[in-house]
Amino acid sequence: MSPEQRPRWQRLLRESVPVVAAALIFVVGWAAIVGLGGYPTYILPGPKVVAERFASGWLEGTIGPHFLTTLAEVLLGLAAGASAGILTGILLARSRLAARMLSPYIVAAQATPILALAPLIALWFGTGLGSRVLICALICFFPIAVGTMVGIRSVDPKLIELGRSLRATRRQRLTRIEVPSALPQILGSLRIGVTLAVVGAIVAEWAGGDRGLGVLINLARGSMFDIPLMFATLFTIALMGIVLYLLVVVIERRLVRSHP
Amino acid sequence: MDAIELRGVSRSFDLDGSRLIALKDVDVRVAEREIVAIVGPNGCGKSTLLRVISGLLPPDHGTVLAYDSTVAGVDPRLGLVFQEPRLLPWRDVLSNVALPLELAGVKRDEREARARAALQLTGMETFSAAYPDQLSGGMAQRAALARALAPEPDVLLLDEPFSALDAMTRERLDSELLSLWGRTGTTIVLVTHSIPEAVFVADRVLVMSQRPGRIVAEVPVAAPRPRSLTGSGAQMFGAAADEVRRVLARAEDAELAA
Repeated sequence: MSPEQRPRWQRLLRESVPVVAAALIFVVGWAAIVGLGGYPTYILPGPKVVAERFASGWLEGTIGPHFLTTLAEVLLGLAAGASAGILTGILLARSRLAARMLSPYIVAAQATPILALAPLIALWFGTGLGSRVLICALICFFPIAVGTMVGIRSVDPKLIELGRSLRATRRQRLTRIEVPSALPQILGSLRIGVTLAVVGAIVAEWAGGDRGLGVLINLARGSMFDIPLMFATLFTIALMGIVLYLLVVVIERRLVRSHP
Repeated sequence: MDAIELRGVSRSFDLDGSRLIALKDVDVRVAEREIVAIVGPNGCGKSTLLRVISGLLPPDHGTVLAYDSTVAGVDPRLGLVFQEPRLLPWRDVLSNVALPLELAGVKRDEREARARAALQLTGMETFSAAYPDQLSGGMAQRAALARALAPEPDVLLLDEPFSALDAMTRERLDSELLSLWGRTGTTIVLVTHSIPEAVFVADRVLVMSQRPGRIVAEVPVAAPRPRSLTGSGAQMFGAAADEVRRVLARAEDAELAA
């Protein structure tokens, strides 16, 4: 039987074996380091303590509200950053003039550490949802703009000529040829963007704010002095990143036909 | 009235600062329902000529007429087929073939019906749901031909359409092109560097010379239609082909002497 003919669950099981194995190695290694090093819980808690705190944190409702705040920031920021990034990428690919005029500023904005910009944005726009979304959007804007630009610039000129021979308008050329053709690159940059958006949300929450997983980390290692909770929060953040990343991969699989 | 008429068409390109004259004073007339082949060595400007006829490239001098009206810009009465299929890899065959109609704003139902009809003409109706990467070279070029036929153009312009295919597939597609011509009645201008293909398909073969690209001779092919490679007219292709070869050799000698 070829792999395609196996039942779906069997294939999923097969594919998940290495994932589970890697997770086990990670957890065992972690437990070993804690056990052998004899670290106290307030320096490096073991996996069991963190797992328990993770469960209780969610069950008691400590993590949930913070999680939702961060998720909202990430999703809104990604939506704003991706829209602006895709539009800018198209503009940069289309117009040499725009590319020359805007590129230095776009690169400079990216090269400036978001860590340094975040307090400034908090100072100007306050610490509300808006400025946190703005920071998320800023951090994921660059890779998506560049990915879109590169994708559209590398569209096969023969397909562009085909469009011309069929009297496609500029808009049709963009929507029927260029964007579908650049979709793999655009979605690839979205994969990078989604993980960066999570980083952006945490950084923004550190710069100010009263709710969010970044705030919870500060609380857990500060006034609460609950290091297992801090680790449980870190895991929540990592999980959010993984799930959002996988979501983009799923969308990618649906939109982009893979070659047989 | 001619389907296509070129009057004194010239076209040159800037190539690294030097001027390359691709076409010089070219006059061509193609009657309605006629099949004209344009042959010549690589780089003689035959693809440029086809692009000028299609309106993709404006001529520097001279005029291009289709049915007595000037071709200015890409003309919907003319359908162009390239050397490569140029199918959009993310679309299935049906929506690739429907693309010209989609771009022209034809409603979905109508354009799918017309695309299916075009696929039928090229024998591709069973492949409408396939994707380009699942097609062989010959199948992909049949789909490209169907795409050009979908808007029902008056003239088909073919730019070495079968030159990337193996010899057997190529002969088959040449025959299919002729039977398609019999059913649709489109005028055909075929650019090719294959002399056997040119004489088999065309009523007249225009021979081009290199630098500057000019038409140096016209060889009529008297073989009756419908034609087949094995039928009674087959030996007439040989005579016409020899004539084309003689003309090409003479043009080359003249070029070397100059």
